Amino acid sequence: MEQALEILFTASFWVAAIRIASPLIFATMGELICERAGVLNLGIEGIMTVGAFAGWFTVYSGGDLWTGVAIAALAGAMFGLLHATLTVPLGLSQHVVGIGITLLATSLTYFTYRLALPEVTSPPKIEPFQPLPIPGLSQIPVVGEALFAQTPLTYLAFATVAVVAWVLYRTPLGLAMRAAGENPSAVEAQGISVTGIRMGAVMAGSALMAVGGAFLTMSAFNSFFFEMINGRGWICIALVVFGSWRPGKALLGAILFAAFDAYQIRLQQLSGGVVPYQVFLMMPYVLSILALVLVARRATYPKALMIPYQKGER
Amino acid sequence: MSYTSPTAEPPVLRLSGITKRFGALTANDAISFELNKGEVVALLGENGAGKTTLMNILFGHYVADEGSIEAFGQTLPPGDPKAALAAGIGMVHQHFTLADNMTVLENIALGTESLWRPRLDRASARTRIAKLAADFGLAVNPDARVGALSVGERQRVEILKALYRDARVLILDEPTAVLTPAETEALFRTLKMLVANGLSIIFISHKLGEVMAVSDRVLVLRSGRLAGERATARTTRQELAALMVGQEVKQPAVAPVTRGEALFVMNDVSTSARGAGAALDQVSLTLFAGEIVGLAGVSGNGQAALAGLIAGAERPVSGEMLIAGRAVANWSTRAALDHGIARIPEDRHAVGTIGDMSVTENVISERYRSARFSRHGFLDWKAARNFAEGLIRDYDVKCPSPEARIRLLSGGNMQKLILGRALDPDPAIVLANQPARGLDVGAVAYVHGKLLEARARGAAVLLISEDLDEIMALSDRILVISKGRLSAPSARGERTIGEIGELMAGHLERAA
Repeated sequence: MEQALEILFTASFWVAAIRIASPLIFATMGELICERAGVLNLGIEGIMTVGAFAGWFTVYSGGDLWTGVAIAALAGAMFGLLHATLTVPLGLSQHVVGIGITLLATSLTYFTYRLALPEVTSPPKIEPFQPLPIPGLSQIPVVGEALFAQTPLTYLAFATVAVVAWVLYRTPLGLAMRAAGENPSAVEAQGISVTGIRMGAVMAGSALMAVGGAFLTMSAFNSFFFEMINGRGWICIALVVFGSWRPGKALLGAILFAAFDAYQIRLQQLSGGVVPYQVFLMMPYVLSILALVLVARRATYPKALMIPYQKGER
Repeated sequence: MSYTSPTAEPPVLRLSGITKRFGALTANDAISFELNKGEVVALLGENGAGKTTLMNILFGHYVADEGSIEAFGQTLPPGDPKAALAAGIGMVHQHFTLADNMTVLENIALGTESLWRPRLDRASARTRIAKLAADFGLAVNPDARVGALSVGERQRVEILKALYRDARVLILDEPTAVLTPAETEALFRTLKMLVANGLSIIFISHKLGEVMAVSDRVLVLRSGRLAGERATARTTRQELAALMVGQEVKQPAVAPVTRGEALFVMNDVSTSARGAGAALDQVSLTLFAGEIVGLAGVSGNGQAALAGLIAGAERPVSGEMLIAGRAVANWSTRAALDHGIARIPEDRHAVGTIGDMSVTENVISERYRSARFSRHGFLDWKAARNFAEGLIRDYDVKCPSPEARIRLLSGGNMQKLILGRALDPDPAIVLANQPARGLDVGAVAYVHGKLLEARARGAAVLLISEDLDEIMALSDRILVISKGRLSAPSARGERTIGEIGELMAGHLERAA
């Protein structure tokens, strides 16, 4: 028991928590942007897979790491464009399109992987992002190690939260995005294209999701393997609700979930096989359901979320 | 016909030959008019006459099939709200175009700055809003979330939005439909100030009183055509009403009917408080056959509880209810229907109809279980469709087909269908909650006529309304509800409007 509590005060636990949180932060911000503009993007799981592969493959083929991130983002944006085209101007069901995008993107990724690397049995490795301790700050005990001795992509994840929050609340563009998700006719009445805002939001959001996927192959691990997204995309959808569509709260949610995850891995080692390991694997999900029940009941959805906007319809 | 403009300047707006068709329906048929600087032009017409369509064309939401629009001498490109905005045309829609999750300031600033500016200039927006608000009597807190504002305040935000964009022409679509009388007064004062500052206003309405009060000139639309143009000072309500509906509007005559037996009795009934409105507090009420009982009162004083109770949506916590002399058990909406209580709900969009279902589905929604519309648990669509077609014919409903989604119908036509659904089975008891709210002159007269018919047939009618003229005109007995309690009844003509108004304000005499 004492040991179980001690885990919470070790630096390695928090380092792991922040590392596990990083891809979730990217993808959650991506989903949040889409939903704030009124589009539920269930393509997230597949788009993360695409990002994971595209980033890794770029580096594997000789590109540098940052080029890999950019290519991942671009690939994500392309799937975002497909999603947005179907759901925004054509007004198709966002659920159906989203799940379709996830299936398509995932399968296409595996297909491409097989085509590109037909002979390979064990996944080839790349040289991933290395930790970049920030001088001074990283010397602070526990906190410093957890927050300031991570890879550059983790820093980028935190910066993304700040940028998303700034854009949403401090810029004219953010106003238009939030209004597009709440009452699109308010946007249209000002001569701004709802279609443009929503498509842009879905593309930008999808790019962030893909970078979240790329984090896994380029920072957390060093190779691409099947099923590696493993439901993280779906967790991000829950995190957006948990965060009440606010970037700061969603960030907290991502860190909380990641902490649960890091904790259960360590508890598994402590339990010594008495409790089946699946119980520990399940724990973060059970806890996040509980957290959702507590928080999401009071959540106020963007009112136009999932409602296609057709100009001139009454 | 034309009239000399108040100023010698060229017109700020000129619409020429605007025609717009939706399928077989011609919503606007070659409409032309001009708007001059500093005048208020009222666009008067019944629901469905094409007023809103015309304004949506002007504002670029719709593209006209024919015709053109000039603003300040420049032709407006069709279907481009941005161009309309840039030309100084501002529109306050009937359904507000505000985002509830944003503040007043954010809503006003939306779209006024380039989307790619890295920072919204809140400080200067705040200053400008404060100045406009002070200049035109449009007080509103810029940091309040719009979702938390009253309807009147939201409208002020909409007007501020237009002024913030330097609108020179302001279009108001049915602006008073949602306002209290005091808010309407304030709006009219604001409009006068705007006109004094050189703005021009198009005021869309179907309420004659308001049109007479606020406009300089009236354009009357009927079935998509311009039916006439009058200077407000030189016309009368009667003339405008006749132009609007194409004939003289006759007030339905109230023939004397002998009161029959007691069909519905409530003895000392109380309900538990729920929602914003007052609960009923030991209310006793008897509805007799062949009688209209009018229930007057300021909204929120227990009307919702009473209507809910009679409709079966609510149960009494104490007291008893008798229908045709027998106490009711297991009171529910289904029981109410089975007892022959017909309901005309207060909110026809939210409660009265299911917008995305067809006319046919809506008109059988209260009786789909009856042998007439179902057999062995399967719906008889043929009977249902015949029934819908019958109602459309008998109640003179304008709708493309029984298969049309009901939300595409205008309010008046929707209400006619609800009336038909309620009155077709010759119900013994009719609960009419605000049956004429938001309807135009012709439709109001129609609804009133139908209620009087039900009375003549021997039904007991409870008419709940906030419109005292309506209560006075129709009711055989008048009751006033205040804070969940009923006043003593008064017979037709026994109390003046003033006395009833006083009762509404809460000076209840002891029930006899």
